[in-house]
Amino acid sequence: MAFPSTRFQPTMIGLFVVFCLCLSLASDLARGEAEVERVDYASQIRPILSNACFRCHGPDEASREADFRLDIPLVTTTGEPQPAEQIASHFTEVLTRVRSGDPDLQMPPREAGPALTAEQIALLERWIQEGAEYNQHWSFRPVVRPSVPTLAAGQEWVRNPVDAFVLRKLQSQHLTPAATASRETLIRRVYLDVVGLLPSLEELELYLQDESPDAYEQMVERALASPHYGERWGRHWLDQARYADTNGYTVDSERSIWPYRDWVIDAFNDDKPFDEFTIEQLAGDLLPQPTRDQLIATGFHRNTLVNQEGGTDAEQFRNEAVVDRVNTTGAVWLGLTVGCAQCHTHKFDPISIQEYYQLFAFFNSNEDVNRITPTLSLPTAEQEASLAKLDQQLQQSRAELKSLENRVNETKSANPDAAKQELTGSESHWSFPEPKELLSEAGAKFTTLEDGSFLMSGPNGSTDTYTLRLQTDLKQLTAVRLETLTDASLPKQGPGRAGNGNFVLNRIQLQSGPQSAEWTEAVADHSQPKYPVTDAIDGQLKTGWAINVTKGNMNVNRTAIFLCQPLMRDESGEVVLKLEFGAEPAGYNIGRFRIAFSAEDPQQLLHERDELTRVQQQVEKLEAERKKLAAAIPTTMIMRDLPKPRETHVLIRGDFLRPGDPVSPGTPAVLPPLEAAPADPQRTRLDLARWLVSREHPLTARVFVNRVWLHYFPRGLVETENDFGMQGSLPTHPQLLDWLAAEFMEQGWSMKHLHRLILNSATYRQSSAIRPELAEIDPDNKLLARQSRLRIDAEIVRDLGLSVSGLLHPEIGGPGVYPPQPDGVYAFTQRNASWPTSTGPNRYRRGMYTFFMRSAPHPLLTTFDTPGLSTTCTSRSRSNTPLQALTLANDEAFQEVYRAFGKRLHEYQGTDGERIEWACRICFSRLPSAVEQTTIHDFQARMHSVYRDNPESARKLVSEKPDTPQDDLTELAAWTMTARLLLNLDEFITRE
Amino acid sequence: MPNFSETCSAPLEARRQFLQGAGVSLGGMALQQLLARESLAATPQQTFQPQFKPRAKAVIFLFMAGGPSQLDMFTDKPMLRKHHGQAPPAEALEGKRFAFLKGNETLLASQRKFGRYGECGQELSDLLPYHQQIVDEACWLHGMQTDVFNHGPAKLFVNTGSPQPGRPSMGSWLTYGLGSEADDLPGFVVLQAGPRGPRGGSALWSSGFLPTTHQGVPFRNGPEPILNLNSPPGLTQPAEAEFIGALKDLNQQRLSATGDAEISTRIAAYEMAFRMQASAPELMDFSQETESTLAMYGATPGKPSFANSCLLARRLVERGVRFVQVYHTNWDHHGGPTENLETHLPQVCREVDQPSVALVQDLKQRGLLDETIVVWGGEFGRTPMGEVRATSGRDHHIDAYTMWLAGGGFRPGHIHGRSDELGLAVEEQPLHVHDLQATILHQLGINHEKLTYRFQGRDFRLTDVHGHIAHDIIT
Repeated sequence: MAFPSTRFQPTMIGLFVVFCLCLSLASDLARGEAEVERVDYASQIRPILSNACFRCHGPDEASREADFRLDIPLVTTTGEPQPAEQIASHFTEVLTRVRSGDPDLQMPPREAGPALTAEQIALLERWIQEGAEYNQHWSFRPVVRPSVPTLAAGQEWVRNPVDAFVLRKLQSQHLTPAATASRETLIRRVYLDVVGLLPSLEELELYLQDESPDAYEQMVERALASPHYGERWGRHWLDQARYADTNGYTVDSERSIWPYRDWVIDAFNDDKPFDEFTIEQLAGDLLPQPTRDQLIATGFHRNTLVNQEGGTDAEQFRNEAVVDRVNTTGAVWLGLTVGCAQCHTHKFDPISIQEYYQLFAFFNSNEDVNRITPTLSLPTAEQEASLAKLDQQLQQSRAELKSLENRVNETKSANPDAAKQELTGSESHWSFPEPKELLSEAGAKFTTLEDGSFLMSGPNGSTDTYTLRLQTDLKQLTAVRLETLTDASLPKQGPGRAGNGNFVLNRIQLQSGPQSAEWTEAVADHSQPKYPVTDAIDGQLKTGWAINVTKGNMNVNRTAIFLCQPLMRDESGEVVLKLEFGAEPAGYNIGRFRIAFSAEDPQQLLHERDELTRVQQQVEKLEAERKKLAAAIPTTMIMRDLPKPRETHVLIRGDFLRPGDPVSPGTPAVLPPLEAAPADPQRTRLDLARWLVSREHPLTARVFVNRVWLHYFPRGLVETENDFGMQGSLPTHPQLLDWLAAEFMEQGWSMKHLHRLILNSATYRQSSAIRPELAEIDPDNKLLARQSRLRIDAEIVRDLGLSVSGLLHPEIGGPGVYPPQPDGVYAFTQRNASWPTSTGPNRYRRGMYTFFMRSAPHPLLTTFDTPGLSTTCTSRSRSNTPLQALTLANDEAFQEVYRAFGKRLHEYQGTDGERIEWACRICFSRLPSAVEQTTIHDFQARMHSVYRDNPESARKLVSEKPDTPQDDLTELAAWTMTARLLLNLDEFITRE
Repeated sequence: MPNFSETCSAPLEARRQFLQGAGVSLGGMALQQLLARESLAATPQQTFQPQFKPRAKAVIFLFMAGGPSQLDMFTDKPMLRKHHGQAPPAEALEGKRFAFLKGNETLLASQRKFGRYGECGQELSDLLPYHQQIVDEACWLHGMQTDVFNHGPAKLFVNTGSPQPGRPSMGSWLTYGLGSEADDLPGFVVLQAGPRGPRGGSALWSSGFLPTTHQGVPFRNGPEPILNLNSPPGLTQPAEAEFIGALKDLNQQRLSATGDAEISTRIAAYEMAFRMQASAPELMDFSQETESTLAMYGATPGKPSFANSCLLARRLVERGVRFVQVYHTNWDHHGGPTENLETHLPQVCREVDQPSVALVQDLKQRGLLDETIVVWGGEFGRTPMGEVRATSGRDHHIDAYTMWLAGGGFRPGHIHGRSDELGLAVEEQPLHVHDLQATILHQLGINHEKLTYRFQGRDFRLTDVHGHIAHDIIT
């Protein structure tokens, strides 16, 4: 059901998109808050029309019914406003339809939603009577600094402009603010909010004893100066950046991008202005001569997923990454749901599908195509020096090798035989024995080929021993030469029988009668790293010679020479040669080989070990060293564009296989225009980033200050912090929001300045106790007539435990760590990855450093609402569940905390009552009430008697050495249980 | 399991929309009371009465992760035998996308023997002898279609209706919309059998943008299925009782001091946690099951297996759990030494054949099948073309594959949909994943277009902007 097109078409022909014809000034907004005169389109009418009408009569051409739209003013074909009578008749029809009870006529149609209420209709009527003036949606209007209200009464409560706005609103509802919270509550609140840790007893004393008038402000300054401030506020930002330590999707293997996380922490600690913070993350790579840090910052948009599953279409996942970058940019900076325009023009907000792909075009020239690279290597100065030294040595050795090779090649072309001799030793030194009996323990078959080599076939045993009885003319033996040879019948042509053509010769033995050869040396033209040929003569079956290569082709002929003390052969002329292959790895037997013996002086043979091998080994050694060093150097994923930008098209219905019209980079028309550098016609991410943080931009600052606000109060001044569009909620305090946004921008985008404004306000300092008289008027505390109690974030739940128990290792930054995690968590992942639980200080690092595997995050984090971090999260949920109770009460990681805190309490010098007071001051920054003191004391005493009677349980509980005296055990157990009690209280994990 | 909690965005607003928009009336607690509170959590039994009479209350989804080969299990293709080794008709492949096929592959006939069973005449291969017993109990879907051909995205698609991570899974939508009837267990439980977890991990049972209380809770194999369920070593029963008492006392003192209802929620959460401690051992204790029941599933108490997971799924549903998902891994038979149709498909079929059938029969004999939907299938099927590898295998196929459903008002002994004679495309009655989701929700009394959640300015739902109820497959 829709408006019949016949009736409306004529009047609508002249209508075209002029979205902000009646741009109204900021005074409108002021009026909205202070007085009620005319009906305001943006705040009063738009929400009604947006909900009830725009789906079919709004910006989206594809879903528009009857060519009739209500989202823009009525104009003539030339763009002039229509005469008043035209407008009147246009809206008369609208009013008739919304009032109609006839199901065939009524708007909105029943299936589209509920009918308008009488109130809504009355408002609509008044607006039409007043001229049906459209003004722009509040969040698209420029940020104009409102003047700070002066109030007739209550001015003494006002500490800074924040309070003036809040108090004016409260007074308009005839309310007064709550009392200021106690100093104990305030310091704990500030420390939890600003650094995410509890104040130490020293910090607590310093503040409680400070009688200066600005004691509070100084305490706030101390908190803001802590390096842990960067961790606390960095973590909020990392939610939006969807930072994690793995690639996501199925394989979900580890990635290295923690230097980006550390960059964020540093940026907060340095109070990097938010405009620079933005530009470096979105386009640090495009800045002139970007610094290392500016490149690291571009990791922001490299936090997208990489699908490493087999059989993927890389372009599909590249495309998904770009979509995610556009949507994340929209959510984080614009606070708009631009993602809605990916498949069709936005149903509610003025963002067309073309404009979506214009934004897309900024991000579409990425070099990363569903993969980790490009990355940046981040050596320390020391590593850099070692690397340079190695490179120089490598260069020398490679040059030496090259010249040797050239020499050999020259000789070779002049005289092939001479070349062969030079490389392998004179052939005349060697003689081939006659095979008498050839046995394989695993039952493999020997075939003797024309060149005297043996080719293996049949069963390839997991272990095998080749026993060769050989006849030789030589009277004494000083060396065995083993040539391993390729053959078409072997896997990858061999020379080994393993799937890749490799082998591992674990032991070689030579016997003449009862005498065994005593090996003195072994050389080979190539050995696999960690599998040197000498391992075949070390007598051990665990080690051996193998021939894989780090680069190039392994499947080539290889030669090894084993030297021994002269071995006299006996009368029979027969010797026995044994080649042994062990079980690890299984089936690594040699596939084709030839044996020769020599009776020459070993020194002579050794002398012929050719120069080439030596230099080759030198190069290999240096390469291995370099590789090892390079592996130790951290890398981080960075953003880089292709030299030539990709062409961007509108993707029809968002399908990357269906490109439509080409588009170039651009920003939505409803927002201020994008200025590009005149020399460069192609607009880049850098232009986009600068545009976002220009003073004229209406959204960035509003969105950001609102998100900062919602970490201090339970919700933002705009409740829908992720939707500043038409469907979002209106600000509760529009002028306060604009004042903060203007102040933020005009004070150089300083985040710490913004924090100070909020933290130092009387609004923030209010008590959080529930005021029963407000239950009806303001159950959600939107008017801010008190503070709110908020459960702390997942990462800092354990941090607090670690800090009260003294276990916390406060180091900042570095790769992810592995605190204890219950077994079996990774059983639910494809890789069945291992969790190498950290020992030492890394076990007790802050929760934000816990290695985050996207397909199986640490359960402590998810239980306390850490998001999945596959997509941006601008605001977390805050749940309260039995799984949280089980985690706190029983998790192994917390038992360590209880034991350590219990021990501190046990060792504290004082009466039990004093110990309890001390514990409460550590945990809650306050003394217990008399009733609380009694409850805790009684509990402690009962635990004492329970564990005195159960020494074995006490020992298990505190996990102490067996020789701990019984009395100590009982005491420790009782205090450990007391620690568990205090840390499980709601108050412990709540910011009051 | 407790359900509702405060989030910083607008869950209550969203819930209000859902409750009003979907015409759901609230049981147990008045709407105004519900909405007036600053936050809600941990009080059990907040269940919502669906608008129309639901046919089912619970779902058990037996998920064959990797993509089972319908052509070797559920549908015989004589033409495939006839044209074995030949190239598929080029026009049939136009516009189709595959993960691994390069274009030079030929048609691969199944090596299995097929028969027709039951009154409905459903075909089954010799890989699934037990399935013969439930052919007339199950509803057979041979026209299944999905959108994406890689495991991770396709698994997300079946579970959340979207190929990218971030959306709520079906189990989360259900506990969000209907609550849970289990007062000492999570409403959405994930079980796992096989050598590894399903590809995709936690995103498959994520609550997405719904409050995190609705995420699936993975149960570990072994005696302690829920993480941290057991008290730590050295904690005696009397000590634990004292602990709970003192904790409640102190929390209540704080509640009087601050008036914050969240503290009552915390108190309730601890009480329920300790109830879970008491009830979970009973849940896991299979000694209450008769020998014949154990034999029917092929379950051995204490030994992790798909059979044990199926039996546990029944026990969970009996206790009011809304959604149980049982993952069985390694159905990805491309050919090659570790994943071929000759050795490895028969092996996984042996693991699931008997327990899957036993679950349906057991639910039925206990009168639970009417109100429980059993879903059997994977994220996609497999191609009629073989892959060129040493041993035979097939690639991922998204255009025509098989799943089956039983119970919950789905038509028993009904065959729905048919693929063409080579199995390349659906010839009759296609059923898209979104249609299946819409129909399952419908059987639970939920209009899939009305169960929505406002997030980032848009009303999201399980079926995105798609999905039609397949009235043919329900009674």
